[in-house]
Amino acid sequence: MTLGEQLAQYLASGLVVGGAYALIGLGFVIVYSVTRIINFAQGEFVMLGALGMVTGTGLGLGPLPAFVLVVAAVAALAAALERVAVHPLRRAPALAVLILTIGASIALRGGALVVWGTDPFALAPFSAGPPVALLGALVVRQAFWVVAVAALVFALLWFFFTRTYAGTAVRACAVNPRAARLMGIRVDGMSLLAFALSGALGATAGAVIAPITYATYDMGLMLGLKGFVAAVLGGLVSPPGAIAGGILLGVLEAFAAGLVSSGYKDAVAFVILIALCLVQVAGWLPWRVPVEEG
Amino acid sequence: MSARERWVLLLAVGLAAAVVPWTVRSTYVLSALVFVALNGIAALALSLVMGFAGQVSLGQAAFYAIGAYVSGVLTASYGWNPWVAMAVAVAAGALTAFLVGLPIFRLSGLLLAMATLGFGIILYYVLVNWASVTGGPSGLTGIPPLAIGGVQLDSDRRMAWLAWGALLLVLGLAGNLVDSRVGRALRAIHGSEPAAEAAGVDTARYKLGVFAVAGGVTALAGALYAHYLKFINPSPFGFAFSIELVVMVVLGGVASLWGAVLGAALVVGLVEALRALLPLLTVSHGAAEYEIVVFGLLLMAFMIFLPGGLSALGRRAA
Repeated sequence: MTLGEQLAQYLASGLVVGGAYALIGLGFVIVYSVTRIINFAQGEFVMLGALGMVTGTGLGLGPLPAFVLVVAAVAALAAALERVAVHPLRRAPALAVLILTIGASIALRGGALVVWGTDPFALAPFSAGPPVALLGALVVRQAFWVVAVAALVFALLWFFFTRTYAGTAVRACAVNPRAARLMGIRVDGMSLLAFALSGALGATAGAVIAPITYATYDMGLMLGLKGFVAAVLGGLVSPPGAIAGGILLGVLEAFAAGLVSSGYKDAVAFVILIALCLVQVAGWLPWRVPVEEG
Repeated sequence: MSARERWVLLLAVGLAAAVVPWTVRSTYVLSALVFVALNGIAALALSLVMGFAGQVSLGQAAFYAIGAYVSGVLTASYGWNPWVAMAVAVAAGALTAFLVGLPIFRLSGLLLAMATLGFGIILYYVLVNWASVTGGPSGLTGIPPLAIGGVQLDSDRRMAWLAWGALLLVLGLAGNLVDSRVGRALRAIHGSEPAAEAAGVDTARYKLGVFAVAGGVTALAGALYAHYLKFINPSPFGFAFSIELVVMVVLGGVASLWGAVLGAALVVGLVEALRALLPLLTVSHGAAEYEIVVFGLLLMAFMIFLPGGLSALGRRAA
């Protein structure tokens, strides 16, 4: 393989994983914008999406019905989490809620362990066939599904946030919850909607990425943390920022793994996270990452 | 708790810690006692950060690992005296915490939580990949036990005395710190940062200071761990242990030093109880893995129903 082909290969795999990070990061952004909560359990929605697909297709469902069912179920679970656990703590300090969502994340991971065990599951790609050669890179067919689904979701979200009443109401809550309430928007309901949406986004990411990465009960932690880094990279309150951040992170990770050392691949995201913190303290960041209590 | 009551309590627990290891025969119980003390020291350090400076560190396992690896490598690979190596390990933990906190404490809250999380995970990968020094995933062997005047502290019983002695020493010092001018400043920060600033408290400096102290104390626990087990590998120092420490602090009550020790005892006890109980309830999978479900649910239940932790229960009853 020539260097050019290698670079094309890294770029392709980075873009695909980056698409998943972007979906996960969007979940963080939507929840954080509306509720100022960093939902640590976001990664577990991804895991549930992946393992849910394994079970759904195992029961004989086609990929599409299984996908719809799983995304709906995880969205409902995320909404239930908001009602049962997050909502009662809505006036608690930000760090208390962070610890709560850490608890939820551990409980969900443990629950998945009870249901699915520790073995990794392989999931059949949505469409069978050999990898496709594209500009010197060999790309598995599932990669096109990841990119296509991510693009479709981004378009739907854009439509929702800019062209529908509910989406505008969500944005209003993000800008100023008190003013939104004075305008007759039910802020509580928006928090529920934000969690349901983030659950659906996470499950979508898990479902499309599972045929590439395998599905295990503990995959959610790393994917969730990386989605979070993607969101912070994009400013934490900006959906387009999270998409760009996710893709950038995926590509950087793929290049670091290929050109530097694959042992440190998973550390890349956290180096970026710390670098972002430092750069922000120095005031060099053109945007402000609003990760402060407030 | 008044200063007098505190010393009485310390003395009572000290006496118990001196007597109990004599009477216990089972090495299993003795080793559980050692782990309660080691985790108690680390949880105490974290409770200083969480309860008195109002910050969450999600990477505290990193400082435990620094303590274990600095002391382990210096003694096993370079033949240093364990006590000297341990002192260097504590200094390394404090210095690392200082350097990590230096840029970050100017901002508050969630950013610190995330930066410490990132730091903890990066350090874990360094331990796994830097095999020439750390021994990589297979670990580092040949760490010598500590010795006092020719007496090797190589049994579970002797180590239980040392670990509880260290815990009580740290408890006493931390109690003094909390009751001092510094402690009042920290509690003011926890109460309201802007108000503390307005009252002339240099909040960033105090938070950084307490974070550095906590880093050093946690490294002490890690170093004791290394000389107790005489073998270390990266896997106990991962993100899961950082979370376990948070669970201990939350269970005990974030703003209570004894609460942190109580939380450590509870978590160690709970893990052992679950390992004994779960094989009776289920047949499939590794029973040890189920403990994480219980931790998760406990963490949620405490945040919702008892945010002050178990020590708040006592206060309410009193």
